[in-house]
Order: sequence, then C-alpha cells, then structure tokens
Amino acid sequence: MKNKSMYIYGVIFAVLAVAPTFLNPYWVDVLNNVGLYAILGLSLNLIVGHAGLFNLGHAAFFAVGAYTAAILNTQFAIPVLWLLPVCALTAGLFAGIIARPIIHLRGDYLCIVTIGVGEILRIALTNDLFGITGGPNGIFGISRPTVFGYVIRRPHEFYYLIGAFLMVTIFLFHRLENSRFGRAVNYLREDETAAEGSGINTSHYKLAVFVLGAAWAGMAGDIFAAKMTIIAPESFNFWESVVMFAIVILGGSGSIPGVLLGAVLFVGLPEVFRDFADARMLIFGAAMVVMMIVRTEGILPQRPRTYALPEARNAGGAP
Amino acid sequence: MSLLELESITKSFGGLMAVNEVSFDVEERAIVGLIGPNGAGKTTVFNLITGNHRSDSGAVRFESKDITNWPTYRIVKLGIARTFQTIRLFQNLSVLENVLAGCHCRMKSGSFTAMLRMPGERREERAALARALDELAFVGLQGQEMQLAKNLSYGSQRLLEIARALASEPRLVILDEPAGGMNEQETAALIGTIRRIQNRGITTLLIEHDMSLVMKACEKIVVLEFGSKIAEGAPEAIKGDPKVIEAYLGMED
Repeated sequence: MKNKSMYIYGVIFAVLAVAPTFLNPYWVDVLNNVGLYAILGLSLNLIVGHAGLFNLGHAAFFAVGAYTAAILNTQFAIPVLWLLPVCALTAGLFAGIIARPIIHLRGDYLCIVTIGVGEILRIALTNDLFGITGGPNGIFGISRPTVFGYVIRRPHEFYYLIGAFLMVTIFLFHRLENSRFGRAVNYLREDETAAEGSGINTSHYKLAVFVLGAAWAGMAGDIFAAKMTIIAPESFNFWESVVMFAIVILGGSGSIPGVLLGAVLFVGLPEVFRDFADARMLIFGAAMVVMMIVRTEGILPQRPRTYALPEARNAGGAP
Repeated sequence: MSLLELESITKSFGGLMAVNEVSFDVEERAIVGLIGPNGAGKTTVFNLITGNHRSDSGAVRFESKDITNWPTYRIVKLGIARTFQTIRLFQNLSVLENVLAGCHCRMKSGSFTAMLRMPGERREERAALARALDELAFVGLQGQEMQLAKNLSYGSQRLLEIARALASEPRLVILDEPAGGMNEQETAALIGTIRRIQNRGITTLLIEHDMSLVMKACEKIVVLEFGSKIAEGAPEAIKGDPKVIEAYLGMED
C-alpha cells in the first residue's frame, strides 16, 4: 500500500519535473498558479485542517506579504527573494495582532471576524493606506527575482522557483504534522476542553498555528508579487479566501496530498474546461454539495500518523 | 502536610449555589472518595480544583501552593491530572495519540525544532512513545494502540482516559466516575488499577456512585449534599452516619 502510493507520487513528481519541456508557456503559467495556491492551501491547512479554526480571510495575510515585498522592493530596491523572511514576519505579526483578541471565538464567529478582517484590509489598501499602497491601482514595477545573478523572468523559470518553494513547504509541513506541535493542534480541534485538561496550552497553540499559517501565506505573497510585478487590492478579494478555504475542505482537511489535489481541481481544472467557463460556478457549487453529503472529510482525508511501535504492532486493527 | 487542601471553596451559577464553603484535605498517597446524591456539586468541586471553573471565593492549595483559578494546563503541569464524567477522548485519533496528549506537558519541542527535526526532538519523541506504551500496558490496553479511540468499548475508553491522565506524570489524579458504564468484572479490575496507582506513589481523588467500589477502595470519604459538606471520615464511619443515611434515603446500605 505504502509502496504503491510512493510509486504514484514518484511518477507524478517525475512528470512535473520535466513538464515545462513539453508544455507551452500558457500551461506552465497555469501550473505556476496551481503551485502558488497549493502553498497557500497548505498554509491555510495548518489553521483550518489541523487546528479546526475557521479562517475565511486568509487572502489578507497573502496581501500583507505581497504588499510588504512590493513596497520594500520598489522603495528601497531590496531583492524580492531576500524579502521572504521579512514578508513572513510582517504577515505573521499582522496575524498575531488581529488573532490575539478573537482567537477564543469558536467556529462560525471566528469565521465571520476573519471575513471582516480580509475585507477591511482590502478596502484599506484600496484607500491608499498611509499613502504607500498605491490605492486601487496598486503598486507596479516590482523587480524580478534573481538566483545567483540569474534573473527569473519567464513562466518556466518561475515554475522551478515555485516548485522548489512548494517542495520545501511540503517537506517541512510533513515534519510539523508528525510532531508534538502537530498532535497538539489536532487535540484542540478534536476537543478543546480535553486538550486543556491534558496539559495543552490551547490558546497558545491556536495563536501559534494561526501566526505560522499566516507567515507562510506572507511568503507566498512575496513570490506572487515577484511573479506579477504589479499587485492591486483586487488580487486579494474575498473570493481568493474562499478558493483557499475550498481547496482545503474539498481536497482533504489536514492532508497534504488532499490539499495538493484540491489546488489542482480548483485552479487547474477551470483552465482545462475554459469552454464551459459560464457553468463553472454551477459545477463547483454542485461538487461542493455532493462532497459535503457523501465525503465530508474531503477527497483525500487525513491519515492516521504511524509510530515506530515494537513488534510490528503498527499494523493494528486487530483487537 | 496535605497534598491538596480546599478551603471554603464556593461557586454559584446564577442563583444556584453549586458548591458552598466546602473544605477538605487530601493526604499524600491516599485514595479519597467524594460522594453525594446527584446534583450535590461533586463534579463542580473537581472543575474548581482543575481550573475548569473559576471559584467565587475560597482557596485551592496544592503542596501549600495557592492554585486557585490557575489555567488548567498549568495545573496539569504542576501535577494534577483528571478524567471526565462524560468521556472526553480525542475520538478520531488513535489510542496511542490520546495517551501522547498526556505526555505533552513533559515535552519541550516546538514548531521549529519539529520542522528541522533536531536530535533532541527525536529523542524526546521516542521517550514519549515509550512512556505512552507503558501507561497503556499499565491500564491493560496493550495491543490496541492503533485503534481509533471511538472504536473502544465504554469501559476501555474510561481506562484510556486514566492512561492519558497518568501519562502527564501527575502527583494527584482526579477520577470522575471511573466505573461509570463498567460491568462488575471491569469494576473489580478498576479497583486493582486504582490500588496500583497508589503503589506508584500517586494520590487519587475520585467521584463514584458505585458504593462497593468507594467502600473497598477509599481510605477517606467526603460526602456532599446540596453543595455543602455533610460528612467526612473513614468508610465505616460514613456508612453509619445518620446524616449520610438521610441524604441517601431509599438506598440500601
């Protein structure tokens, strides 16, 4: 079973690694968007999938990262890739400040507040916040990223940059899932009172996972700004948050393969079925309804962690 | 010196006086029972000790340290672990991971050490795993580590809660109706488990409606009625106490 899925992932990885050689720039760019949304989905997955905190304003943290990169790059000519940690810091800080007073809210209440935060930020950016966000036109002239003096310009070059960032994200988040931290956020999703009663500082972990997810979205924002070279408030509207949320819920809450599949379905498929663009919302809506009825945990749900038990007891199942 | 001291602890919900000036001590390594008719305020007393409720007045002291209204997770770290009357397991997680939750407060690794998989983090994980397996074996749930908690029988779920509490390396465990939903055999085995917990040097405070368990296992019994303490003493003395008999009127022995 395990070998079979490793084999499938290996083949997918190999095909994707050489994809730019046989795809035209348009399709490579579609894959770039899929990759970017996969990173955003994975970061939101920590908050929504693992900790069970409903966050429908994730685009706000994506925006903070993108605007941090745009402002610092255009004003002070700092290379965009150097700004990755700075974007993580500003997005994380922003998330920490807004989450601190609202994080104790449950379910739908938290959901509504995060929607509000996302909208407030978008409107503030449109109104040229502090005179540095460029208003509704946004900021243009963001420089291209350079790696060892090599300028990343064309879609297939961005493909490998985004791909590398996605691989690092998967690698680190997989480790995070299988750790004390990963378990702790799962405990608070399952039963907050029991988690607190088992000695877990639930408010600390809620805040930590929220900040971590937001910081990662901030870094995705940095890459987005570098890829587009122009950003505007409309790139970070409520619909973006909805797409990220749907990627996590539809793909599989708490599951890395699920989120990756969700990104392909939500960002890749609409391009494949461009001819049916008018019916897109109808199909998505119907798909969501069907999913919520027949498979509430998502297409590829979270799988139980395995542990190195003595005497091969990991097989389990037998009472 | 007592391990746990309650001094005139009081809690009301709106107009209802749930716990009224209750004081009692729990001696180190003792097994103390808290009994009383339904609605007497037993679980509320537990919730006040473990910080799930905030008390209106009075004090809770653990090893002479005032822990009144501390947050629950700090109380657990200090050495008081509990189980719940209505079983509160992480139903969709494995039996093993439920016990690992108890190990959490004795571990240190954070998100970054986990992402970088530092040697210390690996060592800590291995130690926690060994400890969790030991606690599962202690309550008799070995071999079921990878089952989901929700697939266990009611009695086993109660044992799993005890294992999770023990995994936090407590000085005092608070068991809220540990025999609830257990058959006679399971209850008899539970008495053995409670004695073995005592042999490990851990103090036990429990609420139980099964009088045979309380009379057999406990060295001291505290009786509550309508939120107030009406009696306290050895099982034999409690059995003959006219106030207690009155409170339990209609019940045999």
